[in-house]
Amino acid sequence: MEIEEVKDREEREPEELLHIEHLSVSFEQYQGGMEKGDLQVIRDLNVTIRKGEITAVVGASGSGKSLLAHAVLGILPYNATRRGKINYRGQELTQEREAKLRGREIVLVPQSIGFLDPLMKIGPQIRKGKKDKASRKRVDAILKGYSLKPEVGELYPFELSGGMNRRVLVSTALMETPRLVIADEPTPGLEMKLARRVMEHFRELADQGAGVLLITHDLELAMETADWIVVFYGGTTLEEARASDFQEEKLLRHPYTRALWRAMPQNGFAAIPGTQPYAAHMPTGCPFGPRCSRCTEECLQPVPWKEIRGGRVRCAHTEE
Amino acid sequence: MLLEARDITFCYDKNNRKILENFHLQVESQERVGLVAPSGFGKTTLCKILAGYEQPEGGEVLLDGRPLSSYGRYCPVQMIWQHPEQVINPRLRMKAVLEEGDQVEERIVGELGIEPEWLSRYPGELSGGELQRFCIARALGKRTRFLLADEISTMLDLITQSQIWGFLMEECTRRGIGLVAVSHSQPLLERVCTRIQSL
Repeated sequence: MEIEEVKDREEREPEELLHIEHLSVSFEQYQGGMEKGDLQVIRDLNVTIRKGEITAVVGASGSGKSLLAHAVLGILPYNATRRGKINYRGQELTQEREAKLRGREIVLVPQSIGFLDPLMKIGPQIRKGKKDKASRKRVDAILKGYSLKPEVGELYPFELSGGMNRRVLVSTALMETPRLVIADEPTPGLEMKLARRVMEHFRELADQGAGVLLITHDLELAMETADWIVVFYGGTTLEEARASDFQEEKLLRHPYTRALWRAMPQNGFAAIPGTQPYAAHMPTGCPFGPRCSRCTEECLQPVPWKEIRGGRVRCAHTEE
Repeated sequence: MLLEARDITFCYDKNNRKILENFHLQVESQERVGLVAPSGFGKTTLCKILAGYEQPEGGEVLLDGRPLSSYGRYCPVQMIWQHPEQVINPRLRMKAVLEEGDQVEERIVGELGIEPEWLSRYPGELSGGELQRFCIARALGKRTRFLLADEISTMLDLITQSQIWGFLMEECTRRGIGLVAVSHSQPLLERVCTRIQSL
């Protein structure tokens, strides 16, 4: 009976692709002269990406969203130190594995179309310089899939519109068969219709079995397209919820997530005062504590990450 | 006061299509007007023309019936831009950035949530949301009569967005400053504006 249940659950629950636990990232800095210090920008961060699903990471600028992407890809700057556990397909993601997998199994869709090489034609850029017949064929197929003509492969980025270049950026991720796609703010400044189209591309990748990590500050878009939403604040995860939990305020678990929800123009447009603390002045306990009306003694100590109502939260006051 | 765009025509390239053609807009001091249009329809261009940064090919911009250029060195129509990091001199400390404005009141700086400690920093040491607060303060100088907000909150998180708009709506009402807001977000414009016009 028990075994049956476990099996049943495994079938229902998608396979974990990437599992990040207690991740911390700190930067070595010089502070006024020759003094060296450590600036901790990410601490005790937990994120899980599942196969075939889109997980959106939302949070204010400076909450550590992009650093998470860089940590997974192993492209943090030289003065950064990473601690904690990152498991990819059940095995630890070491630096050697990262170097082997990035650009192949793990791909990044960068934040800006400025990442395209302005002096390289679109086709070779998507092929990453490969010249064999199979690669060329594949590029044509990918372009076709995004309703771009094969001739586009012979153009330079400046000859395309912003929306076309966005599609090219997504195409570069498709040359190999990615298992994990990390998209860093793929839709800024795009009108809703175009943003939705970009999101459809990611949904297709997920439907083909990839896991997608979508980094964004656009909660509305995340609610529409993601399966899971992870809320970042002050360098840590405050809540992991199903996107459907955002339909109602009372389904949300953390006071910060609720404040975000209430700040949406369609949900009251209410603002709480204050700003996210600077990394050097981060409180030891809940980073949201100084702005939270429910902050108590318990919140001044590190708050554990716990499971509640099918999601996870880091708050001492959330009830079952 | 009345800000008026009359018959504005504009194109970037002589051979290219016209971005704006015979465009009209009237904004009263007590109004907050939302502008909507798809990407590439000239929303930013229109703001630049209204603020006097670009000269239109045809037509004119009038403030109380007088051309904008007749108002002396400080333009009463001020613009806040989408990317704050691109409109701040990277080599000035934030205190000096504020001083570029027209005698910006202490009160405004405080109400925008600008921490005194930020004033001694360089732009590179602040986040986009923090920089945008400075840009807003700088645009709200003493002689400002109209404000153009071009996608000023797309890079901000929701809480900062509602903080900043809450402040702007109150400040504009208090001082009788007219507002033109450009945004892709319909729900946002519905919250902020007294009327919405399509380009």
